Amino acid sequence: MTTNIMIVGVGGQGSLLASKLLGAVLLSEGYDVKVSEVHGMSQRGGSVETYVRFGEKVYSPIITQGEADYILSFEKLEAARWAAYLKQGGEIIVNTQEIDPMPVIIGKAEYPSSILTELKAKGVNIEAIDALSAAEQAGSVKAVNVVLLARLAKRFAIPYGKWIEAIENTVAPKFLEMNKKAFEIGYNL
Amino acid sequence: MKQLMIGNKAVARGLYEGGIKFVSSYPGTPSTEITEFLAKYDDVKSEWAPNEKVALEAAFGASLAGARSACAMKHVGLNVAADPLFTLSYTGVNAGMVICVADDPAMHSSQNEQDSRHYAIAAKVPMLEPSDSKEAYEFAKSAFELSEKFDTAVLLRMCTRVAHSQSVVDTADRAEIPNKPYVKDGAKYIMMPANAIKRHVVVEERMKALREYAETCPFNRVEMGGTEIGIITSGTSYQYVKEVFGDTVSVLKIGMPNPLPEKLILDFAKKVKTLYVIEELEPIIETHCRNLGLNPIGKEKFSILGEFSQQTISAAFNLPEKPTVKADTIAPARPPMMCAGCPHRGIYYVLSKNKITVLGDIGCYTLGAQPPLSAVDYTLCMGASVSGIHGFLKASENGAEKRTVAVIGDSTFMHSGITGLVNVAYNGSNSTVIILDNSITGMTGHQQNPTTGYNIKGDPAGKVDLEALCRAIGIRRVRVVDPYDLKACETAVKEELEADEPSVIISRRPCVLLKYVKTAPALKVDKEKCRACKKCMTLGCPAVSFKDGKAHIDATLCVGCEVCSKLCPFGAIVKGGTL
Repeated sequence: MTTNIMIVGVGGQGSLLASKLLGAVLLSEGYDVKVSEVHGMSQRGGSVETYVRFGEKVYSPIITQGEADYILSFEKLEAARWAAYLKQGGEIIVNTQEIDPMPVIIGKAEYPSSILTELKAKGVNIEAIDALSAAEQAGSVKAVNVVLLARLAKRFAIPYGKWIEAIENTVAPKFLEMNKKAFEIGYNL
Repeated sequence: MKQLMIGNKAVARGLYEGGIKFVSSYPGTPSTEITEFLAKYDDVKSEWAPNEKVALEAAFGASLAGARSACAMKHVGLNVAADPLFTLSYTGVNAGMVICVADDPAMHSSQNEQDSRHYAIAAKVPMLEPSDSKEAYEFAKSAFELSEKFDTAVLLRMCTRVAHSQSVVDTADRAEIPNKPYVKDGAKYIMMPANAIKRHVVVEERMKALREYAETCPFNRVEMGGTEIGIITSGTSYQYVKEVFGDTVSVLKIGMPNPLPEKLILDFAKKVKTLYVIEELEPIIETHCRNLGLNPIGKEKFSILGEFSQQTISAAFNLPEKPTVKADTIAPARPPMMCAGCPHRGIYYVLSKNKITVLGDIGCYTLGAQPPLSAVDYTLCMGASVSGIHGFLKASENGAEKRTVAVIGDSTFMHSGITGLVNVAYNGSNSTVIILDNSITGMTGHQQNPTTGYNIKGDPAGKVDLEALCRAIGIRRVRVVDPYDLKACETAVKEELEADEPSVIISRRPCVLLKYVKTAPALKVDKEKCRACKKCMTLGCPAVSFKDGKAHIDATLCVGCEVCSKLCPFGAIVKGGTL
């Protein structure tokens, strides 16, 4: 059986690092893994989605509507945008941070603040956390990605040390302690 | 060792193990990382070329000298490199040569959706097409042997989903391949008519041999799974087919889309009741099947547009849809935009404010077309701003030269803006060309270029002096402005539009995302002073929004460039933003 994880957010929020860490841990656990990333134009502040799939044998690198076991959303509105990708019984883990998209900034649209409540009312499992504050506590607002990854990590029976090992093998020494702290804070939220 | 790799890294690893010694490329999504990863190997001479034609010719030079070589580009890059490609088919190679080309179905980061397989067919060059990272690695590695066996360059076709998806690759050691001797051979390498006539015969014979090879080559394979449904597929479509059907249908997986096998396809078709061809973009395999007298179900069910997924396949076979939950509120779109502190914003603001017609080009600065700036009138291809403004002004009869500019990035200017500017000077149009010099190739993820003074490894390198270059071309009016200085930008634009001769304005400030650029602390809005005039909102900065009737600055995004504070008539935007 294949498990499907979508990491969604706003270009520049560091979803590539989160998917890299996740991929490394899953591979070390002996799974077949596929990760589909976004590069290029979409990274410039646009809506971005990364697909992570693992299991005994994975073919397609992408996830389509109704297939995701987890949606890890770095921003509130993005969770709603991709909600249709969630499998029945799946779970959304979402950062409550709001980043206005351009139509909102220029007054052509309103930020739909109640959108999570709406999804919850329809029976969607949602864990909403303030990852921005947690990241600040760890030392950098840029660590939102690792805080959220830690929330996802709690869902798997993979030892804590494996995640820390992946962070140590991936993150530059300069940012290592901060990221380890962000993971710890996120894991214990 | 087993590793997760994106397809592009796997191509780099395959080429490396296959003994590559030289690579020259121009960055372009989704091909860029092939060359970036090759540059990490010290025993490969790696370079960013000014454009794809130069890259392909440099790689050919290396092959001629006897070293295994490659170049990489995006699909539209192959248009630029098409000239050498077609005749390279005639000369063949000395050492093995691989041309990596990455298509972008669905145009994630491109201006069109062309299918590179047409080039393989038109230029009569064999093409390989992997469907995941493992194959990308294997195909890239064996492409050198194929190239040398048939004395031809080999095209390696990637697509976005293969290039940018990670899957497991089991790597090995590098083969140390000694250089082949270079031997002068005019009949093979000097393509003047008397020689080329004979070489065309060789090309046709080679294609015949390759067609025979295609029948049994390791790149094409049959996976039988019953006789009801038979699917011929290739690339990432193969993965979607397997995702939906597993081993319950029969599949002919094509790994070499040019030349296509005949007997292999006919035999496969005979074994199944209903034959499908599932391929993204153009009906290349389908047309080949029709030429063989087959009548597969292809583009009538599987679109010529965009990219596929497992959902595309399920829907076409009327399989049940997966249940979904949707919010009733529609999420506002989040298009890409220029970053907070982007140096392009200041100059675009001035152009937008003065209602200037802007002939645009390819790069991050294409995003100046987005509201609220909406500053760009057209974007065609690399360099077309400078060439286009010349014709535009030559043909305009209403004084357009006083209100029209071309904008082009530093890397794009090196790629194909220079020749356009030569034309402006030579054929004399009163063009105003703005070079948006952010000292890097931005959109593709920060690659060095000939104007930055650094090479692909980050070591100091030759540096083109843009001002001197423009003057040498014959442009007398060349000036430099700082795009954060809105007043200076406005003066420069007005004066150069007014001048009765061509001019170049270099809008110079490094990309704010570059590591060496020191950004200032975030700004904040003094709510007392803010009169809600919304002037700051006309910049389209992602950090500036409107909250509770006043301007608001998001301190997590603001880099303190102060372009908005310079614009504020009430001095309401001040230092000291906090999270």
